[in-house]
Amino acid sequence: MQLIPCPWCGDRDEVEFHYGGQAHLVHPADPDALSDEEWAGYLFLRDNPAGWFAERWSHAAGCRRWFNVLRHTVTHEVYGAYLPGEPVPVIAS
Amino acid sequence: MNSHRLRTGGRIDRAHPLTFTFDGTVHTGYQGDTLASALLANGVRTFTTSLTHGRPRGIYAAGVDEPNALVGLHPDPHAPDAAARPAEPMTQATVTELYDGLRATSLRGKGRLEAGRPGDHGRHDAMHAHCDVLVVGAGPAGLTAARTAASTGARVVLLDEQPEMGGSLLGTREHIADRPALEWVRHALAELAGRAETTLLTRTTAVGCYDHNYVVAAERRLPAAGGGGRLWQIRARRIVFATGAHERPLLFADNDRPGVMLAGAARTYANRYGTLPGRRAVVAANNDSAYAAALELADAGLEIARIVDARDHVPPYWAARCADRHIDVSAGHVVVGSRGGDGTVTAALLAAREGDGTASSAADCDLLLVSGGWNPAVQLHTQSGGRTRYDERLCCHVPHEPDPRRRVAGAARGLARLGDCLADGAAAGADAASDLGLSAGQTPQPPGAWEPAPLPPLWPLPACPAAGDPAAQYVDMQRDATLADIERAVGGGMRSVEHVKRYTTIGTAHDQGRTSGVTAAAATAGVLGVPVAELGTTTNRPPYTPVPFALLAGRARGRLHDPVRTTPLHAWHLARGAVFENVGQWKRPRYYPRPGEDMATAVDRECRAAREGVAAMDVSTLGKIDIQGPDAAEFLNRVYTGGFAKLRVGSCRYGVMCTADGMVFDDGVTMRLAEDRFQMSTTTGNAAAVLDWLEEWLQTEWPQLRVFCTSVTEQWAGVAVVGPRARAVLARLAPQLPLENGDFPFMAWRDAEVAGLPARVARISFSGELAFEVYVSGWDGAALWEAVLETGAVEGITPYGTETMHVLRAEKGYVIVGQDTDGSVTPQDLGMDWAVSTRKDFIGRRSHRRPDTSRPDRKHLVGLLPWDTGELLPEGSHLVCAGSGEPEARTPVPSLGHVTSSYRSAALGRTFALALVRGGRDRIGGTVHVALGDRTVAAQVTEPVFYDREGSRRDG
Repeated sequence: MQLIPCPWCGDRDEVEFHYGGQAHLVHPADPDALSDEEWAGYLFLRDNPAGWFAERWSHAAGCRRWFNVLRHTVTHEVYGAYLPGEPVPVIAS
Repeated sequence: MNSHRLRTGGRIDRAHPLTFTFDGTVHTGYQGDTLASALLANGVRTFTTSLTHGRPRGIYAAGVDEPNALVGLHPDPHAPDAAARPAEPMTQATVTELYDGLRATSLRGKGRLEAGRPGDHGRHDAMHAHCDVLVVGAGPAGLTAARTAASTGARVVLLDEQPEMGGSLLGTREHIADRPALEWVRHALAELAGRAETTLLTRTTAVGCYDHNYVVAAERRLPAAGGGGRLWQIRARRIVFATGAHERPLLFADNDRPGVMLAGAARTYANRYGTLPGRRAVVAANNDSAYAAALELADAGLEIARIVDARDHVPPYWAARCADRHIDVSAGHVVVGSRGGDGTVTAALLAAREGDGTASSAADCDLLLVSGGWNPAVQLHTQSGGRTRYDERLCCHVPHEPDPRRRVAGAARGLARLGDCLADGAAAGADAASDLGLSAGQTPQPPGAWEPAPLPPLWPLPACPAAGDPAAQYVDMQRDATLADIERAVGGGMRSVEHVKRYTTIGTAHDQGRTSGVTAAAATAGVLGVPVAELGTTTNRPPYTPVPFALLAGRARGRLHDPVRTTPLHAWHLARGAVFENVGQWKRPRYYPRPGEDMATAVDRECRAAREGVAAMDVSTLGKIDIQGPDAAEFLNRVYTGGFAKLRVGSCRYGVMCTADGMVFDDGVTMRLAEDRFQMSTTTGNAAAVLDWLEEWLQTEWPQLRVFCTSVTEQWAGVAVVGPRARAVLARLAPQLPLENGDFPFMAWRDAEVAGLPARVARISFSGELAFEVYVSGWDGAALWEAVLETGAVEGITPYGTETMHVLRAEKGYVIVGQDTDGSVTPQDLGMDWAVSTRKDFIGRRSHRRPDTSRPDRKHLVGLLPWDTGELLPEGSHLVCAGSGEPEARTPVPSLGHVTSSYRSAALGRTFALALVRGGRDRIGGTVHVALGDRTVAAQVTEPVFYDREGSRRDG
């Protein structure tokens, strides 16, 4: 049971959240300008790193707010949460 | 009878005898006994027969590592506390606390499931705890860890699987600071109990350690305490695993006879339970701990015939003490076999370790105590991602570079001496607290670099190549798996311990390889001729010990398993004998049978009422979302495939939502309440998902849109009044409301007083008939419903349920999202191009131009009319083409699609169906075949609208 840091409510159990997949995918402003391949890329192709991953979560059973989490997909370590529109935090090495 | 009970000593209460039954024989034990210790005290030697080989087996261990002594417990169903004593089909006698009246049966051979066994209906609860430091295990290391951490002010949880704390100290006669160790334990526990922020849990086993230090622990409660248990879910900032170690068996021929026992277990039986498991013992060992066990047992009155030490040199400390007691020690020797009589051991066969394996002598005994060293209990450590390394000196896997958030202390990391474990625990507790900014004052120092005397490799291969028949050397007694099985697995080409485990089943039984795991790995490495370290280990997975499903379920079973949602009209439905169906969490009336009616008859009657007269339905469950804000119209324009910007206040519009890949996600009717306010309706089961979807786009893609969404599903109760006479009924209910088509057209809504209640009325039809949906406050729902039925009585108004609703809508070809669609269906597939705007963008629009979504041979929604008008096609049936013009039947026969909805129609006087069929619109007029088990049924493909294709009925 992961502990997800909601920026509004604090740390809460994973079961209160919905997972929203990769963060920072932007709906194309003009979908018609995209080729079929490019549009399919927007729809279906996602990064799948073994490592740090910026992903979206929604506090579905809480404040219902969407936010982003930088999380390690192997260790499940959570670096931190940030708001939509904010840049991905840089991890000090 | 207690033939093997000592007169004094132990932690049993001789003033409190208990009567129990084992395999039909009545025995006596004492408060504080386990079932195993009481049976040993009664001289029971042979406990069971083994799984497949049918060999006699006795009690081997004293705790959760026991491989043989499995029992089923049968409570007396007439006992006053029967509910607190659920039947326990499989548990270890070594962890079963004795109680008066306990009835146990040994599990012999493969066992069998007993039908009709009562389930576990004990009271199980869930507990949630948060702490700074969780200490798992209250032995010497755990106690010092908890004490040190608690002394810093940290909030500490200390838990232990045993009925009392003290761990290994309960079963030894060790001293701490020249006083009996249990005095120190008592003192430590008193100190911890006095700390307000410390929680002590006994009979509580940490069964799993999950992400972010989330530990699940199972607490048992004795029948006398009400039975059942509590499932603890503990979030700890730091964890100290002080989980101890399990003694390792030795491999030799016939090492499984009753009377062969772990040396430490015999020590525990003597010291803790005042029980000697035999009269005359041979001790076979390769390490010091067996000497301590042998000497304490000798002091308790057990004759130690001989200690057989595989090491060439006996440590002088132990040699002197053995000499004091006239105990013979054979250094450099090993046990290569045993003799038995009456199934139990009668002699140990000894040989020189460096010899050819031929037994040089036999030592008579009725107890053969073995100790191959100790395996740290690293299960929780490795489950939580911790690594191990193989320690050549200790011949076992020890924790390696543990994460500081989860420290391992004491015997669990390979320490053997009591002083080292005490110091190690104290250091771990202090470090854990110090991580959290809490100071323990002078930080205890962990024991220095510890150099244990290396164990001689006592693995039969290759050190002792001829230690008897491999097929009689049991590696996993519970699985009856032997060294020969490992040889066969490796001979069969298996190289990985995981494969050997699965082939031989070693380590897969109730005890999960606690005694057999390291032995199996070492034996496999021996057969393969590789170092054990190279081979690695099998993976430990939760739970550490078996957990009853009833405990996991807790109170969330039966009625409390999932919330049940009911509408304000539910009491009426119940009183009228409605048959309900589950729609999501909602209970919805499916139909209202009159006396003697089956479903088909009732639905037929309800359908006729709606088509020919008037009928009413509870539509309160439809999802309703209030959408407000200056950009609300723009927002709806983006999420619906149709246009909403120009929808006029006072009107409503049907809308379809797609996901970004262009597939239908939901549909419903949305009313425009004001320039900046809409009320959206969603399908009943999808309401929460739609709200989430709207929020997702608002918050993550379009935060600049000023829109707010609120669920108002439960604020409104709704009644649909449907049928050609609906207007007549409503006219009497709402005399102020103009109802003619000109004043109140289709897809308009009006606020009005209905039956004296403030209401909102919409002309929406999901049946094709003239229909009004009347919404009032949820509080007024029941009053509205009764008024509608009472007022409509003249017209014979008929309440109808979801089944009739389904028939009526399917006759009109109206889809139900989730039934006629499945996430791979576009609006165009459904023939709903009319609901898709070509003049604006919306979520998913670009996807409708993808090559895959514009294929002509996609599955289309079509109607099916079975040739046999009485044939009701099962929903989900697959469709195939066959017959003239089609290619000869290929196998497998390709599926053209499937039946999505299928009903009997009163209006059509026959059955009909909706189906998704590949290239379906091009097949209209043709025939498909429906595969129904051993027969095939022909059906004509039709337009998906069966009734009133012109739409002439909706205006009445």
